[in-house]
Amino acid sequence: MSQVLIIGVDGLVFASWLFLVSVGLSLIYGVLRILNIAHGSLFAVGAYSGASLVVAYSQAGNWPWGTLLALPAAAVAAGLVLGPLVERGVLRWTYGREPVVQLLVTFSVFLILEDATKLLWGVSPYYAYQPYQLLGQVRIGGIDYPAYSFLLLLVAVVAGGGLWWFVRRTRFGRVVVAVIHDPEISVALGVNLSRVYVATFALGAVLAALGGAFTAPMISVVPGIGVEVIVLAFAVVVVGGLGSLEGAAVGALLIGLVRAAAVHLLPVLELFTIYLVMAVVLLVRPLGLFGRVEVRRI
Amino acid sequence: MRTPILEVEDLTLHFGSITAAERETVIVYPGEFVGVVGPNGAGKTTLLNLITGYLRPERGVIRFWGQDVVGMKPHQITALGVGRSFQIPQLFLTLTVRENVLVALATREGKWGSAWRPLHEPARVQAADEVLLQFGLLAQADRPAGELPEGGRKLLDVAMAFALRPRLLLMDEPTSGVSAREKFQIMDTLLQALREAGVTALFVEHDMEVVRRYATRVLVLSNGRILADGPPGEVLDDPEVRLAVTGRR
Amino acid sequence: MRRGGLWALAAVAVLAVAGVALPRWLVFLLTLAFAKGVAVLSVVVLMRAGLVSFGQGLFFAAAAYAAGFAMRGWGLREALVLVPLAVAVAVLLGAVVGLLVARYRDIFFAMLTLAFSMVLYGVLIKAYTVTGGSDGIRIPTPSVLGISRAGDEARLLVYYLALVCTAGSAWLVTRYAQAPAGYLAWAVRDNEVRVAYLGAPVNRIVYGAFLLASGLAGLGGVLTALNVGHVDPGLSYWTTSGELVFVAVLGGSGSVPGALAGAVVYEVLRSYAFKYAPYAWQMMLGAAMLAIILFLPGGLWSPVERWWRRQQA
Repeated sequence: MSQVLIIGVDGLVFASWLFLVSVGLSLIYGVLRILNIAHGSLFAVGAYSGASLVVAYSQAGNWPWGTLLALPAAAVAAGLVLGPLVERGVLRWTYGREPVVQLLVTFSVFLILEDATKLLWGVSPYYAYQPYQLLGQVRIGGIDYPAYSFLLLLVAVVAGGGLWWFVRRTRFGRVVVAVIHDPEISVALGVNLSRVYVATFALGAVLAALGGAFTAPMISVVPGIGVEVIVLAFAVVVVGGLGSLEGAAVGALLIGLVRAAAVHLLPVLELFTIYLVMAVVLLVRPLGLFGRVEVRRI
Repeated sequence: MRTPILEVEDLTLHFGSITAAERETVIVYPGEFVGVVGPNGAGKTTLLNLITGYLRPERGVIRFWGQDVVGMKPHQITALGVGRSFQIPQLFLTLTVRENVLVALATREGKWGSAWRPLHEPARVQAADEVLLQFGLLAQADRPAGELPEGGRKLLDVAMAFALRPRLLLMDEPTSGVSAREKFQIMDTLLQALREAGVTALFVEHDMEVVRRYATRVLVLSNGRILADGPPGEVLDDPEVRLAVTGRR
Repeated sequence: MRRGGLWALAAVAVLAVAGVALPRWLVFLLTLAFAKGVAVLSVVVLMRAGLVSFGQGLFFAAAAYAAGFAMRGWGLREALVLVPLAVAVAVLLGAVVGLLVARYRDIFFAMLTLAFSMVLYGVLIKAYTVTGGSDGIRIPTPSVLGISRAGDEARLLVYYLALVCTAGSAWLVTRYAQAPAGYLAWAVRDNEVRVAYLGAPVNRIVYGAFLLASGLAGLGGVLTALNVGHVDPGLSYWTTSGELVFVAVLGGSGSVPGALAGAVVYEVLRSYAFKYAPYAWQMMLGAAMLAIILFLPGGLWSPVERWWRRQQA
């Protein structure tokens, strides 16, 4: 019984991390119909920004709990700077071109940002352990868990809840949903598509950076962390259905729980669980759990 | 009793609250030229999409030469001998006009997987040029299909479907976007080619004059239902039909 | 067309002489470029079908490691046996992976191929007892056509092997592109629905292109392994696949000579750039790719193609 609890908690914690790092990708795809490969580097920039801010802040000997605020602050700043820059500066020139071309463009942006990160922050690892250490441990079912994991869970829930509220309750959120469903009709109804695109991309960038920033205290921040994330985030989003926010949550939960089960029951599979789940889901539902069929009109 | 070339029974499909097809039943015999008319949104294109496998019906039966085809995909149904042209011409815009037909011919020969001999084999090129000549497109053979004007694109679309030597040809508004004068020229050419090859045809059309002149039979669709089915003189003069299609008696 | 063949023969002749005339480091570089060029051809084949693969590294690495295992496990040395063996492994892998992947297009295809190559990367690193982990394995010197040499002479033999394989691949891909199979792949890129409505099975066409591409990428991988004398998991890392995509775009996304010329130019540029700006290399790549996509969508080879077309008219 306690093993079920352990797997459940592990799974939930991992799922919340997966959701946090994937939801921005799903949002951007849903609205702009672009798979933003640069999502991985936005994550990395968020991680570096958060880590370097936390390190600088801590070295200045400030109030320790402030590091928890430094993380989202850094992420929001990074996302709000890079998001509009990438969208207005590069992506905007590719709307209407073949999907292949748009994919290559986001890939190019990814390459540029990878090196830009190295140039800005260097190649030595950043250790922003302070928030992690600060929160200490928590005992659940006889096992000690880092409390930081539950902070992650909280952040994921807040982010997910915030998005839900934004999409259902605000006017701009409803405009975004309209654009997701039918860009042509939205324009006909007077929606300013450019503004929606910039705002959405910025939001997606902030979410990616947020994922990175809150990941930073758990790892050593080094070049290349963005690459694994893009593949993971893509898997989560594909399982849930591209463009579906609920799908991202369900996909994250499914993969998180399966991976936790694998870690405890069949450790050799751990590396592959995420791809296995993706392959199985795609074989049964080629568009993901909540994916919508877009039949081309002929 | 002749074997019907196409049997549709009880065909039904809804998109949410929209009725795209409601219990449609039609039988088409070899040699017929069936015109399909109806107001916009009546479900004419949907009917073509359903019987070619692009859409899956909720209910109903579709048979070609007695063979049940519901659940089959467009490429399988096409391979059975059904050709189709589209409301918005579906061409290979980046290939030349001739190459469009060459690709159709190569597919008809079953050579889609052939990787050794070139596409532009002399025999095939000659066959393609014959088709282009029949449709009046030979002069543009070397131009990219994307450069053709609207009428030319329509013709090429039909030519490609025709090059497959189908037994049943489905055409979606073959003369729309074409000048009034050209319409009859095109239809004359088309129907002569079809008659010579013994091809049965079903064509969606908005122009009543074209339908009256060329169709042997007319199907009237409205809101996914078949309102009328019979010889053009009878059907097109029926005031109920006129009301449904044009809004006036 | 026939004039194109003459140019190709001339190029091969020049390169054959270059093998003995040029300095050794340049010959090594050219061999690397040829192998890479063959792998780039695999990306080009898929791009002609409208697909971008970010995971050709999977086959590149699989073939390279297969050759390594065959040499160390079975004591095989003859390149003319190793190359077909390694390519067969790559194609077999492609046959399996293609079953899932050939159903997809655009983003899904790109990311699935990326995922597969990263899975292999993970396996190669983790299974270090078999694969040597992140250090990889050393590849002994092969013999070519039974001729066994050491050092620079061996490298020269591999150069000629690579030259022949590259010329052969170029010829093969050109034939494919001019055949119905190649045109149909292009047609799938242009208008997939129309292809289905001509009665051709679209997914099988994509699968065929994928098999061809896996074989080509594998050929590039085994040639690289034999040339460098070492294989490591980096061959399956996304940067390897990304490089191939870059060179394909550089060369014009659809052209065989463009891809090969692009590979040579790239290899030369890379060896200099890496020396002087190792931390800005990817950035330069990304910026160059962006510039080409936005301003010269036909690739750097397109002016040459336009000139060629005017000559033909």
